[in-house]
Amino acid sequence: MNLYKALPLWFHKLGALKYFYEISHVISRWVSVICVICFITGLYGGLVLAPADYQQGDSFRIMYMHVPSAWMSLFIYMVMAISGGIGLIWRVKLAEIVARSSAPIGATFTFLALATGAIWGKPMWGTWWVWDARLTSELILLFLYLGYIALQSAFEDRRVAARAGAILALVGIVNIPIIHYSVEWWSTLHQGPTVSKLDKPSIHMSMLIPLLLMTLACKTFYVSSLLIRIRTEILEYECNSSWVKHLLGNNKNVSN
Amino acid sequence: MNEYIKIFFIILQRDLTLVFRNKAEFINPLMFFVIVIILFPLAFGSDATLLKQLTSGIIWVTALLATVLSLETIFRTDFEDGSIEQLILARYPLTLMVSAKVTAHWIIFGLPLIFIAVLTGFILSLSSQTMFALFFTLLLSTPVLSLIGAITVALTIGLRGGMLLSLLILPLYMPVLIFSMLAVQNATAGQSISAEIYFLAGILVLALTLAPITTAAALRIRLS
Repeated sequence: MNLYKALPLWFHKLGALKYFYEISHVISRWVSVICVICFITGLYGGLVLAPADYQQGDSFRIMYMHVPSAWMSLFIYMVMAISGGIGLIWRVKLAEIVARSSAPIGATFTFLALATGAIWGKPMWGTWWVWDARLTSELILLFLYLGYIALQSAFEDRRVAARAGAILALVGIVNIPIIHYSVEWWSTLHQGPTVSKLDKPSIHMSMLIPLLLMTLACKTFYVSSLLIRIRTEILEYECNSSWVKHLLGNNKNVSN
Repeated sequence: MNEYIKIFFIILQRDLTLVFRNKAEFINPLMFFVIVIILFPLAFGSDATLLKQLTSGIIWVTALLATVLSLETIFRTDFEDGSIEQLILARYPLTLMVSAKVTAHWIIFGLPLIFIAVLTGFILSLSSQTMFALFFTLLLSTPVLSLIGAITVALTIGLRGGMLLSLLILPLYMPVLIFSMLAVQNATAGQSISAEIYFLAGILVLALTLAPITTAAALRIRLS
């Protein structure tokens, strides 16, 4: 079979919950291994090997948790909105599950970004919190996540909940460019980007490499925890189908 | 095309008539707005300089809360008596009819709110530039509040608890609040407010074009 036919076919097969449940087990395991390796090397590089910053001293090291979680908070929201949109348009069950399983992880990363930022801000700016554009828009993002989760739990029918949530996520996507460009649009207390200038990053290599490792660790952590959540959700979705009953053993009384 | 315009005005007229027959629904959120604003001078004392600094923010936040309270009226009665289903089944675009309903909500709530806000501004001794900025930001933002609000109301219609509605809606209102308050602060400091006004106008155009489509989609999902 040539590739042009095989690839779409595989993609459709991936959308089938049973097939996804089977292969995600293997993927999840390997991704977690990568996550642990990146996390350990990234932390060692960031906390031990990287030199202290000439202005901020050792306290800049919290960046290795703060920056990846801030990136992840935006990234997961985009994943949530896009997969929600896919679920809305093509009614792909898996996309709906991805969207609703992403929300709690995204909310956690957003909270982490805010909390580490506050801990960083105390020695650097002399205050836990300032009402500047980036902090405020990140806080709005947290409330968008929480609103999404609240909406999900308000419906009894999961599929209706997923589609209603997708609309909310798509409306809230307006906030993403505001967060991303807030540092450039308004001159605020939060420092400008130092990494995204790819041609000439204003960050030294010995600091950059641990940061990238930590980013990869956060991303793989997201993927592996997302897969775990998806697998649970699939079992709940399909609890009446024969393959789940077979999997769980017939003696167990599956509720819901 | 002519037919569509006619449908728009028929629904607009229907909603306005319904509200004027049942005036409590239309007056209560506005009463709430005035009463909450009056609470603040009572709480803070009648120090004129302090009030001057706080008043525009108080008016704005209270306007948001009153909007959230008033929003349920857009679809609630229609949902209860089943007219929403009839609208969805009708052969005219739902987007059009939804925009007529949102327009009706703005006329019965947003428009009076702007004038009441300016009046309360007089009582709370705002300067004329601040009042001017307050008027313009409210004029540009109240339609946005109605439009965005309609989406979330459509999503949560029939679910118990107005609490969920306010949880979903207030984060979406925050950007509008931020830009409006920037404009008001600039006006108080005697600076130009054109940048914020343009931004609010941009948000209004975006909401005006996309929100009715989204609201229609949300209603379809909710009643599927």
